[in-house]
Amino acid sequence: MNSLKRQLFAGALALTFVAAACGSDDDSSEEIGDTSVPTEKVSSVSGTLIGAGASSQAAGMQGWQAGFQAANPATTVEYDPIGSGGGRETFLSGGSDFAGSDAALKDDEFEQSKDRCAGDQGAINLPHYISPIAIPYNLPSIEPSTLNLTPELVAGIFANKITKWTDPAIAEINPDIEFPDLAINPVHRSDDSGTTENFTDYMAQTAPDIWTYGPIEPWDVDGPGGGEGAPQTSGVVAAIAAGEGSIGYADASQIGELPAAAVGVAGEFVEFSPEAAGRIVDASERTGGRSEYDFAIEVNRNPDTVDSYPIALVSYHIVCLEYEDQETADLVKAFMTYVGSEQGQADGAAAAGSAPISAEVRAEILESIDQISVAG
Amino acid sequence: MTTTENPPSKAAEADSSLAQPVSRLADRVFGGLSFGAATLILVALAAVAIFLITEGLPTFTADEGEFDRSFLAYVGPLVFGTAYAAAIGLLLATPVAVAVALYISHYAPRRLAKTLGYFVDLLAAIPSVIYGIWGIAVLAPILSDSLYPWLEDNAAFLPFFGPTASTSGRTMMTAGIVLAVMVLPIITAISREVFLQTPRLHEEASLALGATRWEMIRQAVLPFGRSGVISGAMLGLGRALGETMAVAIILAPANGYFWNVITNQNSNTIASNIALSFPESSGLEVNRLIATGLVLFAITFGVNATARKISSAGFSGAD
Repeated sequence: MNSLKRQLFAGALALTFVAAACGSDDDSSEEIGDTSVPTEKVSSVSGTLIGAGASSQAAGMQGWQAGFQAANPATTVEYDPIGSGGGRETFLSGGSDFAGSDAALKDDEFEQSKDRCAGDQGAINLPHYISPIAIPYNLPSIEPSTLNLTPELVAGIFANKITKWTDPAIAEINPDIEFPDLAINPVHRSDDSGTTENFTDYMAQTAPDIWTYGPIEPWDVDGPGGGEGAPQTSGVVAAIAAGEGSIGYADASQIGELPAAAVGVAGEFVEFSPEAAGRIVDASERTGGRSEYDFAIEVNRNPDTVDSYPIALVSYHIVCLEYEDQETADLVKAFMTYVGSEQGQADGAAAAGSAPISAEVRAEILESIDQISVAG
Repeated sequence: MTTTENPPSKAAEADSSLAQPVSRLADRVFGGLSFGAATLILVALAAVAIFLITEGLPTFTADEGEFDRSFLAYVGPLVFGTAYAAAIGLLLATPVAVAVALYISHYAPRRLAKTLGYFVDLLAAIPSVIYGIWGIAVLAPILSDSLYPWLEDNAAFLPFFGPTASTSGRTMMTAGIVLAVMVLPIITAISREVFLQTPRLHEEASLALGATRWEMIRQAVLPFGRSGVISGAMLGLGRALGETMAVAIILAPANGYFWNVITNQNSNTIASNIALSFPESSGLEVNRLIATGLVLFAITFGVNATARKISSAGFSGAD
C-alpha cells in the first residue's frame, strides 16, 4: 500500500542526494585550498547515511548535515522529514539507517527493532533535539507587561473553561495588568503534531483535573473542541497575530515578534529560554525496561527547580546498537557523536533555534553512542 | 469474415462509398492521432479511477481498531464542508456572474464589453494559491473587522451568523467568498456565450411588442439562456468542490458539522484536508486520505454528469 509514499520518498531522496552531493563537492574544494585543517579532523568515515522521520527536526537536521559534512567531506547525510510515525516505520523496515521521532519507540516497535538491527539488542532512543514550546499571545493593550500563567490557567484556557481575558482567575495571577474585555481565542494545530502532543502532555501532567483529555496528537478528534485550528507552526503564529485576544502554542523559535507567556514552575514564573528548556532532560527520568543504553525519557513537566522550562518537545534519534556492516555502523556512530557533541548541539540550535542539552546529559548520551558497533 | 460480406445491400455499399470517397495517408494519420488523443483522455481518467480505488480500498478492509473512527465519521464532515463551501461560493457567484454576462452581452458598448470580457477571463488565469494568500492577508482581516462582528450583533437569529465571530477571519464565509471570485469567470464566460446566442427574432419580437430592454431580457434572453447558466454554474461547482490551496490556506478547520459561517469552527473540505494531512500521514492513513479523494471524485463526476444532462436537455428544448 505504501508504494505511493515510497515513491515520493525515493524521489525526495534522489533530490536530497543531488543537493547534498553538490554541497559536499563545495566543501571538499574549499578544504583542498585550506591546508591548515588539522589532519586528525579529517575522519575516515565515508558513505551515505540515510535518515527519515520527524519534520520537527528538519531545520536542525540541516544544520547538522552541513556541520557533519564539512568535517567529513566523504559523507552524505540524507534526511527525509516524512513525520515521526513514518520515520519509525521506515527505519524498522530497513529503509533508513536511523529515524528521527518525536516519540520514543513503542514496546512492540522495540521488539521489531530486534529483527531489524543486527545482534539482539535492538534499537535505542537518543534525545538529541529539544525544541522549547512557547505560549505566544496577542494582547497589545497589556504591553509591556508579561502575561503570567499557572498550569491551571493554561489548561483552563485551552480546555475552553476560561473564555474571557477578564476572568477573575487570570486577574488573580496577574494583579498588575488591566485586561481588555475580549474573548479568548485559543489557537491549536489542526494537523498532527508532536508540538500538540508535548503541549497537551504538559497540561495533562500539571493540571490533570482541568485538562482531562490526556496527551493527544490530533487536537480535533480527542481534544475539547472549540478554539481555532491552524495548519503548521507558521499557520498558528499567523492566526494568533491576526486576531487580538488570541493565544496559542508554537515552536519558540518561530513566534517572531509575539510576546510569550511566562509559565508557573515551582511557585514562580519562568519565561522560556533555550538553556531552561534544555534542562528538562536533566529533570526527567529514563523510562527504563530496555537496553541500559536506551535514553527514552518520561518528560517531567513538574520540575522542582525554577531554572527549568517545562514545555518542550523532546525529539529522538533512533539507532541500532549493532549494524550489519562496518560502514553504516561507523557512519551512524560518527554522526550521532557529532550531533550529541557541544558543537553539534550548537549547530542545531543555530539552524533551528532548538535548546542545547546540558553537558551532563551529553556525557551520558555519548556513553550510549560509544556502544554502537558492527555485529559479530 | 467472408460470410459477412454477402448480406450488405446495395444501399449500404453506396453509403460507405459516399462516406469514404478517398482515403489518403494524411487522413489516416490524422484520424489515428486524434483517435489516440481521445483515447488518452479515457485512459488517464481510468488510471486515476483505478488508482483511487486500489489505493483507497485498504481503508475499508482494515481492521476495526486501525482507525480512531469509522470512515463514515471521518469523511462525513469533510463532504459536508466541501459541499457547504462550494454552495456558498456558487450562491454568491451565480447572480453576479449572470449580471456581468448580461451587461457584457446586452448593455455595454461593444468596446467596453470586449475589455470587460477580457478581464473576466483574466480572473480565471490567476493561480488558486494567489487567491488563498489574498484571502488570508487582505480579505480575512477586513471581514473580521467589519462584517463578522456586525453579523454577530445583528443577524445572530439566523443559524449561520451566531457567536463567536472569528478574530482572524479564517472562516467558511471567507473561504466561500474567495471561491465565489474563483468560479465567477467560468459562469460568466458560459452565460455570456449563451446570452449572445439568443435568436435575434425573439429579442426583436419582444421589443416590437413594446417591451423595455429589461422585459425583453426576461422574456427572451433568460429563458433561452437558463440551461447555459445552469451548466456554467455546475462547471463552477466542479471547480469549487475540488479547490484545494485557497481553502487550505484560509479555513480554520475543526472536526464536525458546523452551519455557522463566521466562527473559527469550520468543517474542512476533502481536497484541503488531503493537502494538509498528507505530509504527516503514514501507512493506512494515506489510504484513508486517498479514499476521501475517491469520494470527491465520485461527487465531481456526479455534478458534471448532471450538468451535461441539464445543458443537453435545455438546448434541445430551446430550439
